[in-house]
Amino acid sequence: MTRLPRRLHPGAWWLWAIGLAAAASQTTNPLVLLSFCAVAWCVVAMRRGDAPWANGFRFYVVLGLVIIAVRVAFRIVFGEAGAGETVLFELPELQLPDAAGGIQIGGPVTLEGVLAALYDGLRIATLLLCLGAANVLADPKRLLKSLPGALHEVGVAVTVALTMAPQLIVSGQRIRRARRLRGDLGGRRHVVRTVLIPVLEDALDSSLVLASSMDSRGYGRNAGVPRRTRLVTAVLVLAGLAGVCVGTYGLLDATTPRQLGLPMLMVGCVLAIAGLRLGGRRVRRTVYRPDPWRWEETAVVVCGLSAAALMVLADAVDPGNLYPTLQPLRWPELGLIPAIAAAVGVLPAIVAPPPRSAMRELDAAPERSRDERELVGAP
Amino acid sequence: MIDFEGVSVTYADADAPAIRNVTVHVPAGELCLAVGLTGVGKSTLLGAINGTVPHFTGGTLAGTVTVAGHDTRDYPPRELAGVVGMVVQDPASGFVTDTVEEELAYGMEQLAVPPDVMRKRVEETLDLLSIADLRYRSTQSLSGGQQQRVAIGSVLTSHPQVLVLDEPTSALDPAAAEDVLAALTRLVHDLGMTVVLAEHRLERVVEYADLVMAVDRHGEVRCGPPQEMMRVTDVAPPVVRLGQAAGWEPLPLSVRDARRRAPELRSRLAETAPPDAGSSPEAQRSSAVPAIRAERLIVRYGRTTAVAGVDLGLYAGEVTAVMGRNGSGKSSLLWSLQGSGRRDGGRVLLGDDTDTATLTPADANRRVGLVPQVPADLLFLASVDDECATSDQAAGRPAGSCRQILDRIVPGIDPGTHPRDLSEGQRLALALAVQLCAEPDVVLLDEPTRGLDETAKGRVVDVVRELATEGRAVAIATHDVEFVAAAAHRVVVLADGEIVADGPTADVVTSSPVFAPQVAKVMRPDPLLTVAQVVARLRPGADSDADAADPRACSR
Repeated sequence: MTRLPRRLHPGAWWLWAIGLAAAASQTTNPLVLLSFCAVAWCVVAMRRGDAPWANGFRFYVVLGLVIIAVRVAFRIVFGEAGAGETVLFELPELQLPDAAGGIQIGGPVTLEGVLAALYDGLRIATLLLCLGAANVLADPKRLLKSLPGALHEVGVAVTVALTMAPQLIVSGQRIRRARRLRGDLGGRRHVVRTVLIPVLEDALDSSLVLASSMDSRGYGRNAGVPRRTRLVTAVLVLAGLAGVCVGTYGLLDATTPRQLGLPMLMVGCVLAIAGLRLGGRRVRRTVYRPDPWRWEETAVVVCGLSAAALMVLADAVDPGNLYPTLQPLRWPELGLIPAIAAAVGVLPAIVAPPPRSAMRELDAAPERSRDERELVGAP
Repeated sequence: MIDFEGVSVTYADADAPAIRNVTVHVPAGELCLAVGLTGVGKSTLLGAINGTVPHFTGGTLAGTVTVAGHDTRDYPPRELAGVVGMVVQDPASGFVTDTVEEELAYGMEQLAVPPDVMRKRVEETLDLLSIADLRYRSTQSLSGGQQQRVAIGSVLTSHPQVLVLDEPTSALDPAAAEDVLAALTRLVHDLGMTVVLAEHRLERVVEYADLVMAVDRHGEVRCGPPQEMMRVTDVAPPVVRLGQAAGWEPLPLSVRDARRRAPELRSRLAETAPPDAGSSPEAQRSSAVPAIRAERLIVRYGRTTAVAGVDLGLYAGEVTAVMGRNGSGKSSLLWSLQGSGRRDGGRVLLGDDTDTATLTPADANRRVGLVPQVPADLLFLASVDDECATSDQAAGRPAGSCRQILDRIVPGIDPGTHPRDLSEGQRLALALAVQLCAEPDVVLLDEPTRGLDETAKGRVVDVVRELATEGRAVAIATHDVEFVAAAAHRVVVLADGEIVADGPTADVVTSSPVFAPQVAKVMRPDPLLTVAQVVARLRPGADSDADAADPRACSR
């Protein structure tokens, strides 16, 4: 069976990534964490599109490395890397006075301490990489687009706000450039008056134009929904979202009581869905070329969530494998269940449909000759 | 289709109504052109069609506006979205989504058009406006002409009965403007759509119009067929002025109309005039050494090269127009010449061999003045007086010199006015005065005629000529061929960052179908560019009268 290339629903990618991140958060075992990193990388390499944002994965990798480096460096400098016996080297020690918080700087640096910092940093970097993968695989703005009808207005506002930021920078640069044309006028003191105010005036002007243009194109047409319904919807959705946030936090952070996690998440979801249903019933809008939710989407989500579930299971069966002991130092091992979790997590690299062809998504796709197109293998 | 019955609009805090007692009927399937000087209420008139005025802008509307049977009193703009398509003056600031395809679908999504219909309409619209190759492009990465067509497409998909456009071609180069106008006429001819547009560049649109609505200084509106209205409006394209000067009846509206009559005029000219009278003015280069010269100048942004190794000298006493399509590197060239713009290679030397990049901003301001595309960017103080005083101080000139320059360009601006409240032309004048205050030897203007009406444009021509007579080197980046014909001694054409033509105005513009002004197209092969030149040859010796038939003088 040949599969047509298409864009996977962005929500599926995000749920998969969140599942993977939840799985990674259950452990400090570097082998397990590295295997999750490899999973994220592999899926991105196989299934990312050609859009501009799809090239961003290496930035997340670099950011992850920076996080690890900072984490280790801090531990060493602030003398927290001193636990354990295998001393690598000693830094000159400096005890700050109590007024400065009694912080100790320097001191002995042990292999155990450095490794602990490294494991910790690696865990954060892995979480970051998982979310980075979602960002690279799915256009964040498309995710906003697939918001339920009741949240459409909010979604548009966020999209517009997202485009405003780069526009503010552009207009700031333009005005600063123009200001230099008049020679120097009073130096830095006047920056507020000569740059900031014009930039804000500019932003205000263009928002008015945008608002008027959106108004004349039918934005907010169905404001005929009764006030009461709108209020109930808003309360339900907000309470639901809060529930989802708390639940997710409870699920991801191993130190919070378990009952805060899954049940809270469920309650939040139910509330939010109820609110969205209620609000969406009155909305008369359609979506242009919505991303369909087919079996591939479900499969991708199941893969991510199963990885998380397997790690929770592993935590119950063999916690020692997930949190390898550093005292005494032991080589970490890759347990069976985490290995399965990683294997399940990487499945979307095959399960998800191939992304839409390169040429068409390219930003500056000029008309290409037939021969050239055949050469590159594009449709 | 569109009916105004005794409509007056008065904005809050305004002494007089912006438009008063307008009674106009635009039948279905007509292309209607709103003309008038800047700031007379054309935008108000357009906004009233879909209810943006007064629902969005505020103000009081008396009388009734009915569009396809919908009274705007009862229907706010969002409810009229399926009836009236509105394209704002700067399309880029009206885009809601990121990609062209989504932008086209946005309006339909709001109207709850079924998905399969949406898909079909998007494809149709992409073909109708020839923008199919742009469908996945980001809306911000488009060129001006593409943006304008996408903006038109984005309202067309809702299948409105009326399309309203505010200055759709004013920011476009001649070729892109033709694309947009071709798309519009196609809508009118093939789909029977009613189109209302406001435009200053009459030479581009008047021949396509079925109706002209002329808004006068008092906000009164008269409406009629273009031939009749062109007699009485404050503004008219050169071809109409030429017809008036030659006494043709009925008035020609297009170059083609006029060309049919031209043989008679040419033979009259051959009889009455000495061949050199009224020919293009020669530059008075006061020195053989350029006041500023670029040597192998390169400007690059990432992988695109904006200016690719340009050698160019600007001479004192000469007005040079820099032309070329949108994005051909005109602005980059000017900014780089000034010294504060980006430069990735080459040198820019002033008359005394100083490189402009080595100057401090204050010194650069004294040597090379640049007025950017948006003159308001130069102005950031709260009143005209403050602006003038600050420039006097910065330039080290006696107090009041800037104001003096301003009064010479546009007399009588209230010193307490906030620069943002000035009209387009007044703002340009203030920006120019502020820059001229430092008495620079080189003056660079980026698109100075954007959004200016004929009168204001005529004044800019005078100012530019005066600057040259004073012995300054002037360079103007512009798309406005009529302005170039009247103002420039020399034309430089850029394409892809390289100079492809450089020579006296008459030689360069007449040899190009895109850059030729209307009069040149009509009078070919005679090298005449403006109505003033034709008149000068029709009535030799009456030089002082020639001004009377000058296009810019007519409306003064």
